Amino acid sequence: MTMRVAVTVNGTEYAREVEPRLLLIHFLRDELGLTGSHWGCDTSNCGSCVVWLDARPVKSCTVLAAMADGRAVRTVEGLERDGQLDPVQQGFIECHGLQCGFCTSGMMMTARWLLDHYPDPDEAQIREAISGQICRCTGYENIVRSVRWAAKHDQAGPDDATEPRL
Amino acid sequence: MQVPSQVEYERATSVDHALTLLSRPDTRVLAGGHSLIPMMKLRLAQPEVLVDINGLAELAFITCDSHELRIGALARHADLLDSAVAGEHFPIFGDAERVVADPIVRLWGTVGGSLCQADPSEDLSAAFAAARATAVIRGRDGDRTVQVRGFHLGPYETVIGPGELLAEVRVPVWPGTGSAYEKVARRVGDWSVAAAGAVLRLGGSAQNPVVKDAGIGLTAVGAEHFVAAQAEEYLVGRKADAETFAAAGAIAAQHCHPVADQRGPEDYKRHLVAELTTRALHRAAARVTLSS
Repeated sequence: MTMRVAVTVNGTEYAREVEPRLLLIHFLRDELGLTGSHWGCDTSNCGSCVVWLDARPVKSCTVLAAMADGRAVRTVEGLERDGQLDPVQQGFIECHGLQCGFCTSGMMMTARWLLDHYPDPDEAQIREAISGQICRCTGYENIVRSVRWAAKHDQAGPDDATEPRL
Repeated sequence: MQVPSQVEYERATSVDHALTLLSRPDTRVLAGGHSLIPMMKLRLAQPEVLVDINGLAELAFITCDSHELRIGALARHADLLDSAVAGEHFPIFGDAERVVADPIVRLWGTVGGSLCQADPSEDLSAAFAAARATAVIRGRDGDRTVQVRGFHLGPYETVIGPGELLAEVRVPVWPGTGSAYEKVARRVGDWSVAAAGAVLRLGGSAQNPVVKDAGIGLTAVGAEHFVAAQAEEYLVGRKADAETFAAAGAIAAQHCHPVADQRGPEDYKRHLVAELTTRALHRAAARVTLSS
């Protein structure tokens, strides 16, 4: 038993015949080959699978691909624009916001959403925003610094906030 | 790798359509899915059909007039947390929502889903019970209303029947009311070890406030209907002071039925109930505005 699921991912429309029980994270990774989003705990605790679904971050191990039918998804592959890294990505490089990298794509998708809604978050806001995500390498210190770096450079750069984010 | 069993998927395009789909046997409503999908992975739930109601914008609202706060079943936790009208009349919901899971889960999990999941450790059931909220249940023959205090039949079990859908929750608004929710969890985003919510209506003067009405909800400690009824009874008519609130906390602790588990032994949970009930009462009282 399969169904047709059509999802716009990072601006490109994809359609696949899938089982209704297929989870969005597996749809992205196995059906579309977008392996930037990571499949971690499988229990919506670790947040490494966070992507945007219709402009809101979601733990994609806890969403059926069927629920995304007709909707827009944004993954870490959609952060970069025209060869330019998003300030969040650059921030993680500048401030060493990762070691093993497993949590990084989820962290960056949440960080991008946070900065779109709260352009100048303090440390407490950043820690709250990522409180549903687990990093076992950095102790979170460098992740917080990375997001702060991105906040500064979001404001300074030629902002693309007027462009649709999806 | 955890995957749910084979399941059929239907997307409801209207409330009526959802009700028609739900009249099929062995269906489950799929809203945020943040409890249901993990349960399906573990085979604790194995419905044949999922009815996705995420497109039903008419169930995603939060409104308030002078006598009633209305929360649509599909309002997301984040929406209730952010709602200025809800916060103005019932800070208890903001207190409780702030400690439901984590910000990402709160963007998708729904108020109605939490109530219908009927998890004994879930926070909103006690908050709504404290506020004496009413659940509006829609069926093909129309609406029926049930007090949230009678909504849960037991763990993971509610009064909602086949072919029915929780449509909204209504909370009566009274002047002179304050409310608060206090929770202890082992770590950020975790389920409660224990939690207490209080809704207080005060009379008298700012110098000598008196309890006119009290609602107390308890989470995760085996309180019948999530309510501390004996403590509520004790409070009514008494001075709203530290002595009264401490006594009410002790009564709440005495009459609940916590069980020892990985979150703590029974006596610790009773201690928490006494302490958290007392704290919630203090905070609720401090949020009441009385003329002096």
